[in-house]
Amino acid sequence: MSADALAPVAGSQPDSAGHFGRFGGRFVPEALVAALDELDGAWRTAIADESFQAEFGALLRDYAGTPSLLYEARRFSAKIGARVLLKREDLNHTGAHKVRNVLGQALLTKRMGKTRVIAETGAGQHGVATATAAALFDLECVVYMGEVDTERQALNVARMRMLGATVVPVTTGSRTLKDAMNEAMRDWVANVDETHYLIGTAAGPHPFPAMVRDFVRGIGDEARQQCLDLTGALPDAVTACVGGGSNALGIFHAFVPDEDVRLYGFEAGGDGVTTSRHAASITGGSAGVLHGARTYVLQDADGQTLESHSISAGLDYPGVGPEHAWLHDTGRASYLPVTDAEAMAAFELLCRTEGIIPAIESAHALAGTVTLAPKLAAELGREPTIVVNLSGRGDKDVHTAGDYFGILDKEH
Amino acid sequence: MSRIGVAFDKARADGRAVLVGCMPAGFPTVKGSIAAMTAMVEAGVDVIEVEIPYSDPVMDGPVIQKASDIALAGGVRTADTLRIIEAVAATGAPVVTMTYWNPIERYGVDVFARDLAAAGGTGLITPDLIPDEAAEWLAASDAHGLDRTFLVSPSSTDARVAMTVENCRGFVYATAVMGVTGARARTSDAAPTLVSRVRAVTDLPVGVGLGVGTGAQASTVAGYADGVIVGSALVRCVLDAPSEAEGLAALRTLSAELAEGVRNPAR
Repeated sequence: MSADALAPVAGSQPDSAGHFGRFGGRFVPEALVAALDELDGAWRTAIADESFQAEFGALLRDYAGTPSLLYEARRFSAKIGARVLLKREDLNHTGAHKVRNVLGQALLTKRMGKTRVIAETGAGQHGVATATAAALFDLECVVYMGEVDTERQALNVARMRMLGATVVPVTTGSRTLKDAMNEAMRDWVANVDETHYLIGTAAGPHPFPAMVRDFVRGIGDEARQQCLDLTGALPDAVTACVGGGSNALGIFHAFVPDEDVRLYGFEAGGDGVTTSRHAASITGGSAGVLHGARTYVLQDADGQTLESHSISAGLDYPGVGPEHAWLHDTGRASYLPVTDAEAMAAFELLCRTEGIIPAIESAHALAGTVTLAPKLAAELGREPTIVVNLSGRGDKDVHTAGDYFGILDKEH
Repeated sequence: MSRIGVAFDKARADGRAVLVGCMPAGFPTVKGSIAAMTAMVEAGVDVIEVEIPYSDPVMDGPVIQKASDIALAGGVRTADTLRIIEAVAATGAPVVTMTYWNPIERYGVDVFARDLAAAGGTGLITPDLIPDEAAEWLAASDAHGLDRTFLVSPSSTDARVAMTVENCRGFVYATAVMGVTGARARTSDAAPTLVSRVRAVTDLPVGVGLGVGTGAQASTVAGYADGVIVGSALVRCVLDAPSEAEGLAALRTLSAELAEGVRNPAR
């Protein structure tokens, strides 16, 4: 990676206390402030340190397998009427964009002299990535996972255990990602001296949102250059799925100054945002405080967090990273809901046209792109070029998808 | 001076510490929580801390979280909490409210401050609102004459202790351990040091919470702090009781034991 690969992109930095406009900040127990300050200092020192950049860059290249490919999906493109370029984060080691973030944070954990990492996970991809980095860096690893998610993502639980991590099923609340995050926060408050909380998305208290984004922003840096190399121009739009929002920020960030490039985040619309069963925090939520930051949250009239729903465990979260809340408010990015049914239709379409089984998270980005393509074509008067962040692969979702399509052999 | 401040001053003059007892509003029911808190006052608890139940209480351990879940499942609303505060304040004991921030932001910070003051509440303890993010609450608490208790932790730097204490009114909450709420077998070694660090920068009373659950522990903490804050151990009396009457009886017994403890500080 180049020496300035972690340097700030103008116009999208939080203030020194981590505020993106009215969002972000730190809404945490005082006990965590010292650890957050330590992390902030370690991160700022590291990103200005060429040896850190070199080590991070070498890990990304030699271990994670990046730069990931930018692949022109011709058969998928023909079906939807747009030139679709897939950013193949599914080809990274551990199967998703998340490996970039965990490698960065694991390096920081070592620099801070801490010996233990904890993480929360929904679909299990972040848990697997964290367990992987912990094994590589010889760190003790505990992963909190909602009990519901341990059942629907049993394969990833087994992976984490193989890698040496302890997986703790969380039985409080809705027993999903939100509750796993609460449990991880509690662990962190009690064990902060030797423990780094390796948050899996660009959410939580400052500096996590900006730090996680910077560790995954290589996605967009690579995609921007690859698109220029391939097509001779920037894309008309960049699309990604948004749960907490790390893959979306990762690919958006490099394009933020390119005002002609439209940015679309597709949220989990579940059964539809007019129902109570969805996870679309920006489209169907309101501003509030959750898990250490002010952002958009699914909440009731009393400020109690509502349970979210998505067919994708990885998007099943009632909040969103604060930078997305800010990009929405400023209008720089657009956020739209995609239903479970739309996501699964796009999932099937990519399988059948390209021989690629996407993560159900990423299928939301594909589904949003399917809807977007004709509108953009009509507006531009030509076939649009759209870069889609294929944030992860669908191995972990085979059971869920097989069940959805009714193609599982019942005897197994 | 705030009503909490008066209670602390009186106790200090008597050579003892103040006992602060915590209970989630609406647990096990709205009526039941008023009965529980009234019983605590009658058994010698000086200050009642009413916790607003919240769906994501990151600073609470399993006992208080379970009680809060029961309250929320029973349909308790922020408006009910204000009614409970009013009823408990009518006993004459000062009532302080403990709350995570989102329910207040959702209610409207200034409107909540107005309604809390009208209900007879003295102020707020805010476990996930640090002074750095509290501009709106600082203004609202000033406007409505409410106390504000921020937390200090063993991990707080001296600069942060000074800044936090500067923004407190009523009393300062020193968290005895790095961790969440819940009674523990041993009281903290870190707490006396933290209390003396706070005392170095303020005359405000210092209450110590997290991990206190017995009369003997209350006596130990009363030996170096102005207030002893007990939550989980009291909540457990109600949570584990086979009937409401037995829960209230257990609550009275433990409250009296703790009250005895703060009256006999270990020095």
